[in-house]
Amino acid sequence: MEKVAIIGVAQSKYEQNKPETFAEMVYDVTRRALEDAGITKDEVDNVVSVSSDFWDGRTISSMAIQDSACAYGKDITTVEGDGTFGCLYGMMRILSGSFGVTIVVAHHKGTESNMNGITNCAFDPLVERKLGIDAVSSAALQARRYMTKYALKEEQFALVSVKNHGNAMRNPLALFPMEITVEDVMNSRRIADPLKLLDCSPVTDGAAALVLAAERQAKKLSTRKKRVWLLGVGHCSDAYRLGDRDLADTRALKAAAKRAYAMAGIVDPLKEIDVAEVYDAFSYMEPLWLEGLGFCEDGMGCEYLERGYFNFDGKLPVNPSGGRLSANPVQVAGLAELAECVLQIRGEAGERQVGEVNVALAHGINGMCGQSHCVWILGR
Amino acid sequence: MSDWKKDVEVLIHQGKISVPYSWTVGSTLSRWYCELRDNGKIWANRCPSCGTVFVPPKAKCIHCYQEPHDWVELPGTGTVETYTIVRYEEPKLHPRKAPFVYGLIKMDGADTCLLHFIDEIEPEKVKVGMRVEAVLEEEREGNILDIRHFRPLG
Ligand SMILES: [Zn+2]
Repeated sequence: MEKVAIIGVAQSKYEQNKPETFAEMVYDVTRRALEDAGITKDEVDNVVSVSSDFWDGRTISSMAIQDSACAYGKDITTVEGDGTFGCLYGMMRILSGSFGVTIVVAHHKGTESNMNGITNCAFDPLVERKLGIDAVSSAALQARRYMTKYALKEEQFALVSVKNHGNAMRNPLALFPMEITVEDVMNSRRIADPLKLLDCSPVTDGAAALVLAAERQAKKLSTRKKRVWLLGVGHCSDAYRLGDRDLADTRALKAAAKRAYAMAGIVDPLKEIDVAEVYDAFSYMEPLWLEGLGFCEDGMGCEYLERGYFNFDGKLPVNPSGGRLSANPVQVAGLAELAECVLQIRGEAGERQVGEVNVALAHGINGMCGQSHCVWILGR
Repeated sequence: MSDWKKDVEVLIHQGKISVPYSWTVGSTLSRWYCELRDNGKIWANRCPSCGTVFVPPKAKCIHCYQEPHDWVELPGTGTVETYTIVRYEEPKLHPRKAPFVYGLIKMDGADTCLLHFIDEIEPEKVKVGMRVEAVLEEEREGNILDIRHFRPLG
C-alpha cells in the first residue's frame, strides 16, 4: 500500500472565549499549515473538515467554513467526531486514488454553547437523554467503575492532572498550564463524584490543521525533515448504550491498538514508542487508555504512573503537551495530538520536546466514555 | 493580524436553537414502554443465539446481529454496578435538583445495566454492590421516567 505523510501542521493557541469566528480560526490554521508544508492552496484538491453541527449551532457546518479551509472550487467533506477520525478519512480518500494533497482541519468553540446540553444530546433520545446524563456525569460513572474493578484511589487519578498540567507549563499553546499538587486536585470543587474540577478538562476553543500527501507527492513537495509518515492506524467501536458494556473494559481500544500496531510493525509498544498523546479528557482516562493501548497490564496504569513511567522524563512520556486536561477543544483534540506527535518527531516541539522521537502514538475518541477509538502510529 | 482589529469592539450575538422533533420509538422499545406504562412491568428481551438478555430491550443483539425475540419479565430488582453523585445544576437538563445520584444498575434476570436515578437514600450512603429496586410513577406516560428511580431494597 502507498504510504501517506503529514507534511504540514498548525494549531491555534487554545483559549476560552476566543474572539475569532469559526471561519477565522479555520483560515488561520489552514494558511499556517500550508506555509509549514511550503505549498500553496492550488496544490490542495481534498479538504476534510472536522466539525459538529450541534457545537457550531448551525447545520451543514463544514459548508460555512469552506472558503477558509481553501475548499472554494474544490471538494470538501466532513467528519463529525474526533480529529483522529478526520485524519483517517483524509488518508482513505488519498489512498482511493481519487484525491491528492489533503487538508484536514478541525475547529471547536466550546465556550459558545452549553457543554452539558450538547453532550446530553449524544444519548439516545428514546431512553437515557430524558434522565439528563451528559459527558461529565457518564465519565464519572466510568471512573467509579474503573476504581471498583481494580481497587484504585481518587488520589491516583489526581496524579494525572498534576503531571499533565505541569507538562503544559512547557506548552505556550495550552490553556491551563499549572503547577498543582494531588491535594489541590482532591480539594477542588466536586463536580460528579469521584470527579473533581481538576479531574476534568476545561471547556476550550481552538483549531488545528494537517496537510497530508501520498508518498510520491510528499517526496516531491517536502523535505525529509518535514515528512512524518502515518505508519499505522486502527479504529474500533463498542456498544452505544453505557449499560451494554463494562465501562472499565477497553476491548474496543485494544482492538484498535492491535490493528495500528500490526500495520506499523510494532511488537512491544512500551519499548518501541517514544512518546504518546492520549485522550485524557478526564484524569482517570489516561491510565485506563494506557492499559488498553498495551503499555501495561489491565489495572496497572495507575501504578506505572506513580512509578513515573509516563512522566516527561519517564520511559514513555505521555501527554507532554499538557494533554486534554490542559486544553480540550473537543473535536480538535485528536488533530492537536497528531500535530504534537509530528512536532516531536521533527524535533520541533520546543521546550516540550521529550528527546529524540522516532515513533509516536496519537489516540482519539468518539462517543461517550470512549465508545469508539482511533489509534495512530507516526514515524520518520 | 491587521492593526485595526485590535481596536474593534467584538460583539456577541445571543441565540437559541429550538427545533421540535418527533421520534418513532419503534416496535421493540414501544412494547417495553407500553408494558411499563399499562402494567407496571419491566421486561427484557433475549438473543436466541447467544442468550444475552437486554434491558432496555434491543432490536438487534449487539453480539450476534440477531433479533432478541424472546421476552422475559424482570423482577425489577438489581445491584448497583457504578454510580455518581451529580453536584452541578443544569435545570434544563436534569429532571431533579443536585445533588442526586445516577447509577448503572445490573438488573436481576438481565445481562445489561439500566441507567437511572438512585433515591430514597442519602447520596453519600450509596455503594457499589448495593441491592436496589425500581419505584414506578403512579401516572405513567410510556417513557423512561415512568420508573421514578431505584431505591435500596428492603
Ligand atoms: Zn446474541
